Amino acid sequence: MIQVEGLTKRYARHVAVNNISFAVEKGDIVGFLGPNGAGKTTTMRVLTCFMPPTEGRATVAGFDVFDQPHEVKKRIGYLPEAPPLYPEMSVEDYLTFVARLKNVPAGEIKQRTGQVMERCAVADVRSKLIAKLSKGYRQRVGLAQAIIHNPDVLILDEPTSGLDPKQINETRELIKSLAGEHTIILSTHILPEVEAVCQKVIIINKGRLVATDSVENLKDRASVGSAIQVQVDTDGQADAVTVHQRLEQVPGVSKVLDRTAHGNRFVFEVESLQGRNARPDVARAVVHAGWNLLELKSSTLSLEEVFLELTGSQPAAALAPVSGVAQ
Amino acid sequence: MRNIWTICRRELYSYFVSPIAWVLLAIFALLSGVFTYIISASFVRASLEGQMSGQSFPMNLNDQVIAPLFSNIAVVGLFLIPLISMRLFAEEKRQGTIELLATSPVHDLEIIIGKWLSAVLMYAALMAVLLADYSFLFIYGNPDWKPVATGFLGALLQGACLLAFGTFISTLTRNQIVAGAIGFALALILWILNWTTSFGNSVSVQVLNYISIVSHMDSFTKGVIDTKDLVYYVSMIFLGLFLTARSLESMRWKA
Repeated sequence: MIQVEGLTKRYARHVAVNNISFAVEKGDIVGFLGPNGAGKTTTMRVLTCFMPPTEGRATVAGFDVFDQPHEVKKRIGYLPEAPPLYPEMSVEDYLTFVARLKNVPAGEIKQRTGQVMERCAVADVRSKLIAKLSKGYRQRVGLAQAIIHNPDVLILDEPTSGLDPKQINETRELIKSLAGEHTIILSTHILPEVEAVCQKVIIINKGRLVATDSVENLKDRASVGSAIQVQVDTDGQADAVTVHQRLEQVPGVSKVLDRTAHGNRFVFEVESLQGRNARPDVARAVVHAGWNLLELKSSTLSLEEVFLELTGSQPAAALAPVSGVAQ
Repeated sequence: MRNIWTICRRELYSYFVSPIAWVLLAIFALLSGVFTYIISASFVRASLEGQMSGQSFPMNLNDQVIAPLFSNIAVVGLFLIPLISMRLFAEEKRQGTIELLATSPVHDLEIIIGKWLSAVLMYAALMAVLLADYSFLFIYGNPDWKPVATGFLGALLQGACLLAFGTFISTLTRNQIVAGAIGFALALILWILNWTTSFGNSVSVQVLNYISIVSHMDSFTKGVIDTKDLVYYVSMIFLGLFLTARSLESMRWKA
């Protein structure tokens, strides 16, 4: 659906996007991941024909963004980072205007605006002025605007930025419900968002493509060879040292660290050998010993780790702002 | 065509739901009313004085009221036009809505003409106020309607021409005030260029006089549609809209 080859966007003083290539299949939801200033918005603006690339090619639904922008624009719905709203218009008037602008046939405009207002949950404010809407509503009106002409491709630039957790969830659900009929690219710097919504991730940093893979693959890459956290309840049958020793004997385990102990509950951090997934064996060992396995989880935020590894940032320094923005 | 009208309609919507249109209409109604009153009052006094002194001067509503009124109104227009055109693109850039227009299946030219047309219609609404003023002259006098019609045509053409440049200026900045100020300066310069006629009649003076925007109104107010003036206005409109198109295009490359 979307083909990008060697895309480069150069400004007078710096290179915003440097030789990026990727492809997006029809019906995919792709997360476009990168720190602020990585070139996400620039890439999206090239795909939406807002600005031409300096070098390279990009095609959407088989049409080149530079040679046939009109055809591309017909097939794209775009929600920029700041929703492009006219504050002096009412929601319904605004959506009617956008529908006309996107060449929705005159007879279908009323029906389409009604549909997208229902879908994006803005029907209750249809006659309110956009200036008077809260941020969450504005974002949803922005989304309604993007899907009003039922485009093949949806490009969403940070669709959940500035929303509260409930709105973020609603927006994600909405985006997921749009998948299938639309091909979606959404940019974000929030990792859990990618895990929650997308099937595929494209990671860029400082204008360069760092990785493009499925979410599952990237998570696997990170969780293999890293630590897992185990919580065991022995019902008074064993003390921490016994459990510790038992865990160390599990094949594939390289190191066991005591974390906390509350009465009969013990928490350990278990590191497995490189390339081995010790989780099944650890679970079996605990259960065989007759203890209760309360918790067994990967102790790293997998995608976050991959991301930091790939973008070459220092974990401690970069993690704070990322999780801070995630709200 | 449909896209032009879509854009134009939305612009008119914005003019009339915001205070801009109403403030402009109020200002213009006040100023044109004052001008109409002063000029017709002095006309009435002159005709009374003529009757009292027994000498009958040839009095003519068209020459002595309507033509000077049009000249005055043309100058008032110079000051109001930047207020109409300054928001056209500057506001879109500030709000980010330019991204919506630029990524929709409409051509730049449709956006430009739609916006410019809405400004011209807004200006025409101001001229409609003037029509109300003139209606009194038709009720109490018997002026020839043809110079009135050509006068309106001239005023509209002059407005359309300045609005084309105003549209261009509005693409240069995201700040309405800056766009307004530059537009105002340009209108002022185009107006005072014909003051150079007092320096003689050299070629450079003639050229400046031709460029000056108000000098082309004169024949229209006298009921004459001169091809030379028509060509001037139409080509200036084209120049203004052409510059707008270039500016939008360069904005995309720089954006």
